[in-house]
Amino acid sequence: MLTKRIIPCLDVKDGRVVKGVQFRNHRDMGDILDLAQRYTDEGADELVFYDITASSDGRTVDKSWVRKVAQIIDIPFCVAGGIRNVDDARKILNDGADKISVNSPALERPDFITELANTFGRQCVVVGVDSRQENGNYIVYQYTGDETKTIKSKHETLTWVQRVQDLGAGEIVLNCMNQDGVRQGYDLNQLKAVREVLTVPLIASGGAGEENHFKDVFEKTGVDGALAASVFHSGQIPILDLKCYLKSQNIQVRL
Amino acid sequence: MITVVDSGGANIASVMFALERLDVAASLSVNADEIFNAERVILPGVGTAEAAMKQLQKLNLIECIQSLTQPVLGICLGMQLLFSYSEEGDVDMLDIIPGQVKHLKPASNKTIPHMGWNNVSVQFHPLLNEVPEESFFYFVHSYYAPECDYTIGTCNYDDPFSAIVAKDNFMGCQFHPERSGKVGAQILKNFTEIKL
Repeated sequence: MLTKRIIPCLDVKDGRVVKGVQFRNHRDMGDILDLAQRYTDEGADELVFYDITASSDGRTVDKSWVRKVAQIIDIPFCVAGGIRNVDDARKILNDGADKISVNSPALERPDFITELANTFGRQCVVVGVDSRQENGNYIVYQYTGDETKTIKSKHETLTWVQRVQDLGAGEIVLNCMNQDGVRQGYDLNQLKAVREVLTVPLIASGGAGEENHFKDVFEKTGVDGALAASVFHSGQIPILDLKCYLKSQNIQVRL
Repeated sequence: MITVVDSGGANIASVMFALERLDVAASLSVNADEIFNAERVILPGVGTAEAAMKQLQKLNLIECIQSLTQPVLGICLGMQLLFSYSEEGDVDMLDIIPGQVKHLKPASNKTIPHMGWNNVSVQFHPLLNEVPEESFFYFVHSYYAPECDYTIGTCNYDDPFSAIVAKDNFMGCQFHPERSGKVGAQILKNFTEIKL
């Protein structure tokens, strides 16, 4: 049976892994390669690296670490942040990443998703969506890597994710901004609503604070994977313990 | 020494790095003579069947690959290419293993592509030495080869399909052994040691 994926997310800034609360106040969490190896050994199913400065700064970011990560780990990984054209994506995939994830550039130019899917196959193309609940609606936000540049986009989340799928996305990561970094649990209502309108895999992001939050998100929303950062980086939830717990709750995981 | 067909797929670097981790010498090639004379050949592949067949045609590699007698391992799309025909782009393929590759259409509300770790029941074959029954492998695909006479590993996504195939010197994995942890590495290691 296809198992539910546990995905540590490593926010990368200037070549180090960092973590902020609701996208602010970034703290140093360690070396990229050390953390990548640690999570692989602990049983992570996949890793996501978000270069959180890249998209909003509009500059080319040093991604020499992608190749080094690809050399040492033997599980799949995805790279996000600052991928603005097909050549940017090609370089990262050629360096050994399995998937690339785009967010703000896809909002600027939705056809970019189709270009990526046509060039590399949709299985490589992940679209990240930062979404916030406002007055009962789910709204997509843009340039969330930098608080001073974050803006509300014109898109409602439920229509945007369907469009993204139609344009060629092979997977969607939904980051629920109200929940991010506050460890109160995933946004179950929003994730369930998004899961119901999609046929591609959906990954939940934002809000994990306890083991039972993972159980809830898998049981109640049908998402395919759950992404988290600080609870893994801090060691608060060891991945192996989490997977044993989920298995004991009859959720299929790879052990 | 392994020769990896440089078919332009996005997983080539991952395959090369996985062989590096096993301390196995490998080189990339699109040269028919080199591939024909290689000790072992890996045919990686990510993308569409149509694009991959066009690429092999352009490189004049179709007859070369069909005529190989040394161990050959197709990975992901590279495995699918070994079959006769794919619904993906309505394209004739290498026809080394008889059968058709079909579009995944799970009956229930499962997602497409089939993406993530799934368990495989394995049969006895040298490629699968020391691979425990029901090991998990990493899959990413929207098309599949149904179970057939040459299936040596079966996975289920609503319906059973070929996760691993073998016919004479030709072998193939639908999953990505280069990204499937220790069991994936074991399969690559077995391939580098296989005696026909």
